[in-house]
Amino acid sequence: MSLTALVALVRKDLKLFFHDRRAVIMSFAAPIVIASFFGFLFQGASGQANQARIPVAVVDQDQTDLSRKLIARLGEDKQVQVEALSLDRALDQVRRGKTTVALRIPAGFSEGATRTFFSGGAKPELSLDYDPSHAMELGLVRGLLTEAAMTVVSAEMFTGPAGRKSLETSLDQLERSNLAEGERSDLKRLLESARAWNVRQEQQPATARRGGLSLPYSLKEEALTSRSATPYNSYAHAFAGMGVQFILFMGIEAGISILVARRSGLWKRLCAAPLSRRLLLGGRALSAALVSLIILGVVYVFARLIFHVHIEGSAAGFLGVCLAFSLMTATFGLLIASLGRTPEATRGLAIFATLILVMLGGAWVPAFIFPAWLQKLTLFIPTRWAVDGLDAMTWRGLGFQAALAPIAVLLGFALAFGLIALARFRWEVEG
Amino acid sequence: MLEIRALEKHFGTLKAVDGISFSARPGEILGLLGPNGAGKTTLVSMIAGLLPADGGQVLIDGRTLCGDQDPLKRRIGLVPQDLALIEELPAQDNLAFFGALYGLKGLALRAAASRVLDLVGLSDRAGDRVATFSGGMKRRLNLAAALMHDPEILLLDEPTVGVDPQSRNAIFDNLETLKRQRRTLIYTTHYMEEVERLCERVVILDHGRVLADASLADLTRTGIVNPRLHIELNAGGDGHWLEELRGLDGVASANLAGTQLAVGIADLAADTSRILSWLSGRGMVIHGFASERPSLESVFLSLTGRSFRE
Repeated sequence: MSLTALVALVRKDLKLFFHDRRAVIMSFAAPIVIASFFGFLFQGASGQANQARIPVAVVDQDQTDLSRKLIARLGEDKQVQVEALSLDRALDQVRRGKTTVALRIPAGFSEGATRTFFSGGAKPELSLDYDPSHAMELGLVRGLLTEAAMTVVSAEMFTGPAGRKSLETSLDQLERSNLAEGERSDLKRLLESARAWNVRQEQQPATARRGGLSLPYSLKEEALTSRSATPYNSYAHAFAGMGVQFILFMGIEAGISILVARRSGLWKRLCAAPLSRRLLLGGRALSAALVSLIILGVVYVFARLIFHVHIEGSAAGFLGVCLAFSLMTATFGLLIASLGRTPEATRGLAIFATLILVMLGGAWVPAFIFPAWLQKLTLFIPTRWAVDGLDAMTWRGLGFQAALAPIAVLLGFALAFGLIALARFRWEVEG
Repeated sequence: MLEIRALEKHFGTLKAVDGISFSARPGEILGLLGPNGAGKTTLVSMIAGLLPADGGQVLIDGRTLCGDQDPLKRRIGLVPQDLALIEELPAQDNLAFFGALYGLKGLALRAAASRVLDLVGLSDRAGDRVATFSGGMKRRLNLAAALMHDPEILLLDEPTVGVDPQSRNAIFDNLETLKRQRRTLIYTTHYMEEVERLCERVVILDHGRVLADASLADLTRTGIVNPRLHIELNAGGDGHWLEELRGLDGVASANLAGTQLAVGIADLAADTSRILSWLSGRGMVIHGFASERPSLESVFLSLTGRSFRE
């Protein structure tokens, strides 16, 4: 009889789940849509698609050959989109949030930069006015500007007329300086060599001129996963995170359904049957776990078909993590039912708690960007293990060994939640 | 045979059920009558095994009901006061689900569903979702769900709350059918007329205690639940005739206050004209009269000396 009753309990819950269109949409479509969006957003970080360029407004008050070269050089980088504007318009664009950074090249920049390249003195000032909500991008623009300025100014020093004039001025100043004779002669030879190089370069066609400083290295970047030739897929993490989030929401509803049944009188009828308490709660937990597995299955099938999210690691490990997480979700629902009083109040509180769990679990943004102390703290949060476990079995391509810890931790949480739920569940029906 | 012995239930300092004892035989509809908060629902929950007793016993054919999985629970069917149905599912799926909780499956399950749907007159709506049912139909299905496992004892906790008169009569017909099938029915209500219609015996509860446990006939004989005639006379006189009136067949009580005569009678239809004729024959002029059916209010007042809702 127990098995018949258990099957009936589970079948009833599955029927109710699939009958409720909103629940189905929330459980299947919502994680897919949001994960697709997050995956698309973070795709740029993996270098697989066009990342949005940082808009930079440039105000050229110098209007020299050097300032134009600087602007052109900056615009060559694919990470920024340079637009020449007037000062007022550039600042207005930044204030409105249309442009991230306004770069102002003051009059006299060319002369000042070449003059102070080898010697000291007051340096020309480049101004960066930026949108404070994009402070992170400012760092990138600053770095790109430094590289561009060093390249074009040093090139001018070694190949251009402004540089030659600056070298002559420097030599003149050197003659009148108080430097020791040895140092002065060494420096004079350096400047004269540079001037001779400059003169020779100027006699060359513009395209053949060589000179200037450049970065002393080239950079090779490669996203590293466990399997060679397996690129990072930003959708894999997004689907793990959103799958975890919306399955926990389903778990909440599973718990709330018990509170609703208790209020409607249905619970009385269930308790009036000759069934054990463990069977009644176990039936609800089993159906919730099955729904969780179904959701994970649908979500990952979609991710595989549309976004090529593959299980690069252990398939058994992936199934193990899914199963452990589903059991954890089911007992999480029971925990909510055991601690909650009314469905309305419980739902709000449970959703809030779940969002915190999901946020700290790295479902929205990867946990590695958290501060170190927070990363340690989140090890006590089951969602962190679920997301990390799914990541490990998908895009990280790790083996079954890497799934053992997430499976063990998730099963531990499932056991703890289940025991607390059994201990705290209010079995007595309201008189 | 259902037997309740000195049953007790406390919620903190509140004694919800305070030493209640009674029994009910097969083929009997026992009315549990009492105001809200009298302990009816708590008592029914304890009989159904939903609430553990703090004292006393629930015996079915001499065996004590104990534990969630006690097979004796199969012999009890519960119709909760709140609708215990799954509105999103069709009626037949509801019945299949509740039947399966008692181990029914396959052909037996389908046969049981068909039987109870026939009984409550919902066979033609078997495939419709419960959400589309009227309040009365839901109440009938609520009853049907409790009958799926063919229980010998049926606990009905105010099963007609919010039901239109037509559906109420249909439910009463169903219950009388069940009575003829020799089932034991415990029917809680706070409507006197329901008890009159259905029950041979009534247990009146208040503050978790039994105030009266008697057949309706016995209660009638004691004058507690008689209908009353209120007669306005031209003059009461010294009332020397009152004793003679009290001695008439069908008269349970007679009291005179000024010109207002109150007569408790056994049967409004049979006794009213006879008493009016008797009074006219004694030369009394009747200015007017009104009849009053007994209510729980009046019974309760008679038993406790206080109003029903104090």
